[in-house]
Amino acid sequence: MTMQTTLPAQPAPAAPARGNRPSGGSSLERRRQRWGWLFVTPFLVVFALFLVFPLFYAFGMSLFTSTLATGTRFTGAENYVKAFTDPLFLEGLLRVAAYAIVMIPVQLIVATAAALVLDTLATRLAKASRLLIFAPYAIPVVIGALMWSFLYSPRFGPSATLFDVVGLPSPDFLAADTVFGSLVNVVTWQWSGYYMVVIYAALRSIDPAIYEAARIDGANGWQTALRIKVPLISSSMVMAITFALIGTLQFFTEPVVLRNIAQGAIDAAYTPNMYAYSLAFSYSQFNYASAIAFSLGILVFAGSYVFLFLTRKQSGLK
Amino acid sequence: MAALEPIARDNGVQHRERKHTAMKSKLLAASGVVAVAAAALTGCSAGSSEETCTNEIVNPDATQVSVWAWYPAFEDVVDLFNETHDEIQVCWTNAGQGNDEYTKFSTAIESGSGAPDVIMLEAEVLSSFSIRDALVDLTEYGADEVKGDYSEGAWKDVSSGDAVYAIPVDGGPMGMLYRQDILDQYGIAVPTTWDEFAAAAQALKDAGAPGVIADFPTNGRAYNQALFAQAGSVPFDYDNAKPTEIGIEVNDEGSKRVLAYWNDLVARGLVATDDAFTADYNTKLVDGSYAIYVAAAWGPGYLGGLSDADADAEWKAAPVPQWDAANPVQINWGGSTFAVTSQAKDPEAAAVVAKEIFGTEEAWKLGIEKAALFPLWKPILESDYFRDLEYPFFGGQQINKDVFLEAAAGYTGFTFSPFQNYAYDQLTEQLYAMVQGEKASDQALDDLQASLEQYATEQGFSLK
Repeated sequence: MTMQTTLPAQPAPAAPARGNRPSGGSSLERRRQRWGWLFVTPFLVVFALFLVFPLFYAFGMSLFTSTLATGTRFTGAENYVKAFTDPLFLEGLLRVAAYAIVMIPVQLIVATAAALVLDTLATRLAKASRLLIFAPYAIPVVIGALMWSFLYSPRFGPSATLFDVVGLPSPDFLAADTVFGSLVNVVTWQWSGYYMVVIYAALRSIDPAIYEAARIDGANGWQTALRIKVPLISSSMVMAITFALIGTLQFFTEPVVLRNIAQGAIDAAYTPNMYAYSLAFSYSQFNYASAIAFSLGILVFAGSYVFLFLTRKQSGLK
Repeated sequence: MAALEPIARDNGVQHRERKHTAMKSKLLAASGVVAVAAAALTGCSAGSSEETCTNEIVNPDATQVSVWAWYPAFEDVVDLFNETHDEIQVCWTNAGQGNDEYTKFSTAIESGSGAPDVIMLEAEVLSSFSIRDALVDLTEYGADEVKGDYSEGAWKDVSSGDAVYAIPVDGGPMGMLYRQDILDQYGIAVPTTWDEFAAAAQALKDAGAPGVIADFPTNGRAYNQALFAQAGSVPFDYDNAKPTEIGIEVNDEGSKRVLAYWNDLVARGLVATDDAFTADYNTKLVDGSYAIYVAAAWGPGYLGGLSDADADAEWKAAPVPQWDAANPVQINWGGSTFAVTSQAKDPEAAAVVAKEIFGTEEAWKLGIEKAALFPLWKPILESDYFRDLEYPFFGGQQINKDVFLEAAAGYTGFTFSPFQNYAYDQLTEQLYAMVQGEKASDQALDDLQASLEQYATEQGFSLK
């Protein structure tokens, strides 16, 4: 808030400063930097107010323990010790890890396959398909999950009718042992198109001369796709996987929406994010919820870092 | 900057000066943007004190009391209050139903602002909020003046020790709503005991009916709790006078007997185990999938609002089945109250609203006829009008006289825990594990007991 009063005064002292300081680049350079700061300021204000401050606030909260009967007291790292020994949190972590292992490869394979096919085709159909594959991503996640909850519903969904035709009982998509696959399906449907566009964009930026060289060397379509194209887009793949990894570890919206119709199969601590949400808003344990959220944040950061480190060659970060 | 470039090429000196003035004006403009953004950010908090009401305020000079409630057709009741009160005006918002509203309220308590003055709460969550000092003890604001207008059971639900945390509004005495046409079709008599109910369930299946007799929802929460209570379960012993002590007993003999009974019906495929309050469940309630709906007095109103109903359905109401026909036990499911929050700007005016908004016959006629509420306010509860009211949904049956008045009279109140939401979530998990065949009914209740005891200890309670 103090910025608004000090900022207009800045140009005046700037003028005599010119030429006084030989170090630190030319005056033009410094003026440019000042401009840079000015343009960044609105963002920095919002960033500090809505991200940095809440983060510190939440971290501060996580160092206290508040119980219903005894009130609030400072307990330091106790909440974190509790979090990493809390079976509900650890089960949730294992569950999202399982989702990551299944869901990320499925999405990436679908996305890469679609991108490779679309890249080879140059028809009007290809343009339409690209849009159609991308369309689910344009639908808000909540709406998409709600739509699927109706498709999975034994009463309103199409599966009862379809299975009736072949004379089989319809499977229950929301039972304890099938809900995993049902959720993988929702996420894959929604996000594959997005990764497809990322990978497709990378494919378009490859110099066509490389394909020509490959053709002259006798490579067929499959070989061009798998030996030339895929290695050249590996940095985009790494980016897509990183996004998918972060998103999957923070899995929240889809299970929350499906929980409305499957409260038994999806419990309140199904994923770590859902656990933090339930703790804060259903059980009013805001302090412990902050600790859970922070622990998850640290793990997501560590997970992404390790992944980026391991793939530094492919992504070109090295 | 790009626009200035051509000038730079013709004349360096001129350029520098122009650039400077341009820069100054741009700098001013940019700082203006920052100022506007800053004003917008601070503006948010300043502007929120202005209430936005769903209803129209009749007398703008009067003290305004904000109210959150989700009753159907509540706007008419609010209008009636505002037209008949010159000093106080109600500003009503629907902040969501049940847990949606509680989540918002809970967040407002934590942040210290944003709660309404008066809030509609179900009796079962009163302790959960009073333990967080979120509710005002109404004994200082004339709660005793209206105590005589309510039954002892209803008053017990809103009090804890000497404190009174809310004014009762509507109740949920339970009865059994059934499809006369379906029972007739398969030649089944209306069950009056749970043994007859089980026999009827078997008979319905043997007769090849496409549906089942009823649903046993694992997420029934207060419904499941009420079924246990009928067999004498008193799950919690809690009193605000000693807020750090709690007694927990959810695995008593009565509860175990009730749950074993239902688990047996589930295992034999005689009842459904669909989640309650889903779109599927709502359709099944009215399309004949369940022949019987064990319901609270607000159940008929709920059914009336559902679509896809059988056109030729014939609904009737009967008393809830009993374990021992000689000693009937009446139970309650749901019902709501008005509480004054600790963030109320004028608790006295807020208490007037809580006491009086459903404190007239006119208001209650709206509540009964438009929202299908079951009144706890005695002047209307005991009136001939309410007793003799005929319900078109039940083919003109006088359901209050036949079923619900007696059920309400027999209700003696119930004590809920200060972490009821957690207790219900745990109950749902255990019941789901049971119907999945993962554990026996006794084990489910023993596990529930263990998890609640552990939670209570973690939350700093000492167990009685």
